[in-house]
Amino acid sequence: MFVSMQKRTKILLTLIGLLPVSMCVAAGIGAYQILPWRIPEILFFRENGFAVLVHVRFPRVVLSAAVGAMLAISGATLQGIFRNPLADPGLIGVTAGAGLGATLWIVLIGGGALGVWGLPIAAFGCGVLVTIAVWKIAEEQGRVRTLTLLLAGIALNSFAGAGIGLMTFLADDEELRSLTFWLLGGFGGATWPVVFITLPIAIIGLSVLLRQAAALNAMSLGESEAYHLGVSTETLKRWSVFGVALTVGAAVSAAGGIGFVGLVVPHLLRLLGGADHRYVLPGSAVGGAILLVSADLFSRTVVAPAELPVGIVTALIGGPFFLWLLLRFKREVFL
Amino acid sequence: MIELEGVGYRIGKNWLVRDINITIEKGMLWGFVGPNGAGKSTLLRLISGELLPTTGEIRLLGTPIHSYAPQKLARLRAYLQQKRDINFPFTSLEIALFGRHPYLNGTKETTADLLIAKEALRQVEAQMFTERLYPTLSGGEASRVDVARILTQAPDLFLLDEPTNHLDPRHQVQILNLCKTICRHGKTAITAIHDLNLASMYADHLLLLKNGVSVACGPPKKVLTLGLLSETYGIPFEVLPHPDGYPWVMPSLNPS
Repeated sequence: MFVSMQKRTKILLTLIGLLPVSMCVAAGIGAYQILPWRIPEILFFRENGFAVLVHVRFPRVVLSAAVGAMLAISGATLQGIFRNPLADPGLIGVTAGAGLGATLWIVLIGGGALGVWGLPIAAFGCGVLVTIAVWKIAEEQGRVRTLTLLLAGIALNSFAGAGIGLMTFLADDEELRSLTFWLLGGFGGATWPVVFITLPIAIIGLSVLLRQAAALNAMSLGESEAYHLGVSTETLKRWSVFGVALTVGAAVSAAGGIGFVGLVVPHLLRLLGGADHRYVLPGSAVGGAILLVSADLFSRTVVAPAELPVGIVTALIGGPFFLWLLLRFKREVFL
Repeated sequence: MIELEGVGYRIGKNWLVRDINITIEKGMLWGFVGPNGAGKSTLLRLISGELLPTTGEIRLLGTPIHSYAPQKLARLRAYLQQKRDINFPFTSLEIALFGRHPYLNGTKETTADLLIAKEALRQVEAQMFTERLYPTLSGGEASRVDVARILTQAPDLFLLDEPTNHLDPRHQVQILNLCKTICRHGKTAITAIHDLNLASMYADHLLLLKNGVSVACGPPKKVLTLGLLSETYGIPFEVLPHPDGYPWVMPSLNPS
């Protein structure tokens, strides 16, 4: 146990070390190539490439790291709450809700209204609203049953999905295009203002979720066992859903629907160093950040000068990778 | 240690447990016996504070159980659940260490906690699968790890729901011996148990339940009688004195 604790510390430190490296590499690569180790020099002496780095690459890299961290830690948290390693951050309705908000905005109001802010605000608001609805439906005499929460989430997910479908049906060609791009996800719209709004939400959300880690461990024995071990399970569920709604809402608003990060990253962490949430949660945050920075780098370079929506990249890599994980490790993880 | 006064619990119109009045002294090993659905587990869950009684009051160390904060309560009583399923790859040692959760306050486990957990695993003869993943253990092995977890929790009151389920005779006896030893050291244990002979061998006091109502309450010799058992279970019984002195109970084929 203490041996594996050291192993976990090593994994966490390695990931924390890799994050800035991956961010610098990603900031350097693109139509205008910058060698990663020249970045400090360029920044300091304002050499050629300064504008590209500061105004284009950095906001994009920082945003993709924040979004990856938020999606992955939310996935890990919900897997802990639902005691199911196949849970996905979308389960409590926030992803579909945000998607509905975004499509409603694009089709009924017009993507350009309120400048760059209209769409993300609509998406975030609608995502949080749907999650509140899911929570209220599952709430009974001040208690929320996990199973009801799950079922309410599924019901409202399909309802929001129907709404998205209807809007798709009503959309004209141009709306359809921006709608599709939005739903597939991407960081093409990353600017400093978006980063400055997303980052505080990410910090609040991550710190809320990280504090639930020890209680989530007890929760994996079962809800009444967690209670018997002294965990206030209602408080745990409330803070977890709050944190997930906040972070996933912000992630989807900033970057659209990006799948698989929240599902795959926590799994990978568990395979590397076991199931302790005090390791899986921070590890997922850092790992998710690295993964999404790399996926975004891939998505904007592989068909350059065009850009692949990053949601396609994560699904394309994440899907088969997840299958491989299932087949390779199913005995250890799912028995 | 714990007092129940007029305790009843109702779901909808059905009373699962009704009008239970018992006082459990410190250092005693109690057995709750009775047919399926008699209310044994419900009563344990009420005593644990997990369920709120519809009527009556439960006091632990003189204080109503619901006025304790969950963490404080977790240091006073532990509960061993019947069914468990864990979908995450925790090792047995990690599961046993979860028993230290009420003492951690958000800090990491210390070496002392680790030693407590290892000692608990040794006490239930589970030390050989310390590093095995809990989901890969057999039912009986997993049960023993769970017992280690509540030992690690070090409470004053142990609530055990069918602790001998899935166990072979050796480990059944071992777990109950362990309970007995714990009680001799001033702890208290209440166990719901189906096996009347194990109950007879080990319990200081039995509560016989049927349909949520107390049928009899007293030492095994007073409770495990032909009349009471036949009436409660609705089948004929044979009760013999075991050479060791306790009543020996078995269902009988011929109505006497």
